[in-house]
Amino acid sequence: MILIVTAAVNGSLPKSALELVTVARELAGGAPVAAAVVGPEAAAAQLAGYVPQVRSLQAPELEPLRAEALTTAAQQVAAELGANTVVMSANRLGQSVAPRLAVRLGAALLEDVIAVSTDGGLRAKRYSYLARVTETVEVAGGGATVVTVKPNVFPLPEAQPGGSVAPFAPTFGAQDTRVTVGERSAAAGGRVKLEEAKAVVAGGRGLGSAEAFDQLVEPLADALGAGIAATRAVVDAGWRPYAEQVGQTGKSVAPDLYLALGISGAVQHLSGMNRSKVIVAVNKDADAPIFKIVDYGIVGDVAQVAPAIAAALEESQGS
Amino acid sequence: MKIITVLKQVPDAEARIRAGSGGVELDGVTFVIDGMDEYGVEEAIRLREAGHDVEIVALALGPARYEEAIRTALALGADRAVHVETDVELDPIAQARVLAEVVRQEGADLVFVGGKQADWDSAALGPALAEVLGWPHSDWTTELKLAGGALEVRHDTDDGQESLTLPLPAVVTTQQGLNEPRYPTLPNIMKAKRKELAKRSLDELGGAQPLTRVVAQEIQTRERRGRIIEGDAASAAAELVRLLRDEAKVL
Ligand SMILES: Cc1cc2nc3c(=O)[nH]c(=O)nc-3n(C[C@H](O)[C@H](O)[C@H](O)COP(=O)(O)OP(=O)(O)OC[C@H]3O[C@@H](n4cnc5c(N)ncnc54)[C@H](O)[C@@H]3O)c2cc1C
Ligand SMILES: Nc1ncnc2c1ncn2[C@@H]1O[C@H](COP(=O)(O)O)[C@@H](O)[C@H]1O
Repeated sequence: MILIVTAAVNGSLPKSALELVTVARELAGGAPVAAAVVGPEAAAAQLAGYVPQVRSLQAPELEPLRAEALTTAAQQVAAELGANTVVMSANRLGQSVAPRLAVRLGAALLEDVIAVSTDGGLRAKRYSYLARVTETVEVAGGGATVVTVKPNVFPLPEAQPGGSVAPFAPTFGAQDTRVTVGERSAAAGGRVKLEEAKAVVAGGRGLGSAEAFDQLVEPLADALGAGIAATRAVVDAGWRPYAEQVGQTGKSVAPDLYLALGISGAVQHLSGMNRSKVIVAVNKDADAPIFKIVDYGIVGDVAQVAPAIAAALEESQGS
Repeated sequence: MKIITVLKQVPDAEARIRAGSGGVELDGVTFVIDGMDEYGVEEAIRLREAGHDVEIVALALGPARYEEAIRTALALGADRAVHVETDVELDPIAQARVLAEVVRQEGADLVFVGGKQADWDSAALGPALAEVLGWPHSDWTTELKLAGGALEVRHDTDDGQESLTLPLPAVVTTQQGLNEPRYPTLPNIMKAKRKELAKRSLDELGGAQPLTRVVAQEIQTRERRGRIIEGDAASAAAELVRLLRDEAKVL
């Protein structure tokens, strides 16, 4: 039995939850798949359109959601269903819970995987060395395994309607709620979600100021229907929110088009975007490292080139 | 109180990574203390500078070459160090079990772990270590205060930030933005050579049974066109849009 553990975001299932179904089915090879969902029952019902058995986890201890409480809940559902493989998203929540669950179950951990296979033992591919190396990791022995799945890599699954939803009430210990959660601030939304965008316009320190960032990047993002990303330098300067940071300590994206404006191309930034299908950079320095990984590059001042690209896009869409 | 800062020694970010048939080849590469781990050492020093009575112990698990990174931590301000010296490659869960044994023996109150180090790209060590110890943890921490036996932190979540209060003992994983690490001064580099660096072996700590192993490593290559478009802003932009539409077909 393969168990998916996921949580609703703003009341509904995130796209990453469906990607877990794809991975779980690959791992199951025909064996049953089940899911445990934290959040409203509607989210569990959504997943029941893909997975035969869904447990809807509801308990006051799971709100707000804390790593230790979710670990305990996941462990209890896995025990009830006799699951020996648990699949979670490699988002921040999953990366916080999965290692704990692996320790608790005495399980192997396959972290942030981009491919899985089961012939001749369980194996997965993942990135290392700041996403410059792709490594294959093998599970030694046939014991329990916890897998976290890199978001936006696996395709969405086909629906399999008719799954059932049952409530599940975990029992918690004092340690599950010993961390108290204070103020929470959600990133401002509005634009297309960065991780799910087909095109991303990213800005770096070369844009010069917060005002210039907005003036140069936003029209381009609007013209492309793109998400907006930023480098750490930009986020540190307070020009853009942390939620837009791409790289080692930010998000990892792989859109069809990544347009980098005034970005030098530090490895820590590249590790978050080097899987993009087509990379374009505009930088006034012809020797900027970003040009080593571009499909198309323009050496020039973003203040001139960015509006020119926006104008050319408009013209091309008009014609 | 006793603070342990766990550290790894990783290839310098600018180092060129090569791979042969046996996986990543690291000979000739410059190694440094991982940037994420520097934040932990720095934060421990800042707690001391804020008036808390702390002993800072640097802890590392890895081959002999790690000694250099450990000396860097000592030069930054750690009081002494423990090096679990081994050439065996251990996954994060197996490392957590070994390191937890040292943390227990030391009787530490707070452990810093790098959020995601630049060699294994793993964020698992901190939460796994906390679980083995039975402690709470905060990951991706950007602010930290010690008040009345508890930690008040701010950390990044999937959709923003949140404040947490954790009872001690606890594990904290670091993140850029937590602080700006200082550089070691020459006198402190000299002093660091005389600080205690205790060696431990895996066997003494109960051994290790990793449940996963890396069986292949390849350099990720992707064919890129590498085409620089010439001309003034307007004509280069027009040509770019044409190429994106007709050649790359992403518009
Ligand atoms: C542990 C650690 C983690 C990190 N994590 C991340 C991460 O997640 N994400 C991240 O992005 N960084 C990260 N960094 C930081 C990273 O190393 C770089 O410092 C950062 O990416 C640089 O941002 P930048 O390209 O905007 O700025 P810079 O490196 O300053 O580059 C600015 C570029 O703009 C160009 N430019 C200037 N003016 C113009 C103009 N008018 N027109 C066109 N071009 C112009 C310049 O030629 C230059 O190439 C991390 C660092 C560490 C140590
Ligand atoms: N596309 C893939 N999907 C899933 N697993 C893969 C894929 N490619 C390779 N693998 C895994 O990686 C191992 C090594 O693959 P290879 O690089 O083809 O020798 C295989 O045994 C699989 O376990």
